[in-house]
Amino acid sequence: MRVQSSLADILADRREAILHDWIQEQVNSGAARPDLISEQTHKAQCTSLLEVLTEGVRGGEVEAKSGPNWSKLKEMLVDLSKSRARQGFSPSETARLVLSLKRPLFGHLRQTLGKDAAALGDAVWSTTMLLDDLALLTTEAYQQGREEIIRRQGQDVLELSTPVVSLWDGILALPLIGALDSNRTQVVMEALLEKLVESRSKIAIIDITGVPTVDTQVAQHLLKTVAAARLMGAECIISGIRPQIAQTIVHLGVDLGDVTTKASLQTALAIALNRLGLTIVPR
Amino acid sequence: MERIPILRLGHHLLVSIQVDLHDRLALTLQDDLTQRLAENGARGVLLDISSLEIVDSFIGRMIGNIAAMARVLDAHTVVVGMRPAVAITLVELGISMQGVRTAIDVDDGMRLLEADTAGEAGNNGERPPL
Repeated sequence: MRVQSSLADILADRREAILHDWIQEQVNSGAARPDLISEQTHKAQCTSLLEVLTEGVRGGEVEAKSGPNWSKLKEMLVDLSKSRARQGFSPSETARLVLSLKRPLFGHLRQTLGKDAAALGDAVWSTTMLLDDLALLTTEAYQQGREEIIRRQGQDVLELSTPVVSLWDGILALPLIGALDSNRTQVVMEALLEKLVESRSKIAIIDITGVPTVDTQVAQHLLKTVAAARLMGAECIISGIRPQIAQTIVHLGVDLGDVTTKASLQTALAIALNRLGLTIVPR
Repeated sequence: MERIPILRLGHHLLVSIQVDLHDRLALTLQDDLTQRLAENGARGVLLDISSLEIVDSFIGRMIGNIAAMARVLDAHTVVVGMRPAVAITLVELGISMQGVRTAIDVDDGMRLLEADTAGEAGNNGERPPL
């Protein structure tokens, strides 16, 4: 109980001094990063964090870290860490935001409890526990923030990488780039079928020049797309089959059925035009 | 009882499914269609499923069956207007309807049927005119 009250006391009495030391500590350790956020913003963030921390300690339950004040503190830290992950802070810089509070707090605890070694030891221990937990929380939140970014980017790539282009009246091309997994196949298939309906095309050329490898699964996905397009009354031509891919397909024993395959998009387009009864003649 | 109308269009029959095709309705359609085909010897069946939003494996197989039955009764079937979601569902269910002709809409489907039956009429003059 004494430990807690001493921590609460110094947080309340010496807030300004602690805040000053804390910010100084962060500047010294290089965790402040004035190139990423301004000094004022940083100071405002530290001030509000310290305020909520003071309330949390005063509210009791330092060990359990439960109750409305603590959840407010945790929430604030999580938000802060996530936004720092987006701003480009490193994980250790984010964790140091909390950890650099140790030195000022310990210093002020020593000044207050200097003569009572046992009480000082207890106070230091519980403060360390508290700050370590909060630092772990920031690291975790930082990680989550990064994962969110990665997820969003993955989504962006998914949407960007499935353009369906119209080559001619009635001929669509789907240049596939990157590895094909079932998720992407689904997106690609939907995009192609929607465009087929929209443009009333009869032929779709699926160009796999940009697909690095074709294994049984990728072939399966391609065949599904072809089958779905066929159900809607369109014919598919698979183009861009590189020599190595042709070899792999045969070695794997993949049966492409009666799907027309061509080595290049150029020849595929020629076939498609031919099927539509069109020819290209020189002027 | 609810029935799906079968419309005669020259030498062909047009079946446009505009309601949810539940199992009983599908069976009735199968009965009616084979009946009509046998009665007036139509040469082609145009199955418009552009309003069909939900399919299951049974309905998928039914569509295949209808085509196969029409084939036995010497008529071509073209399934037209399948929605993307329906196509994906059927493929995922493993129903690829081999042997069933498909077209993007009724217009295209009719052209396909005309092309099919025009070739046939030239070879096979014994067939009584409708």
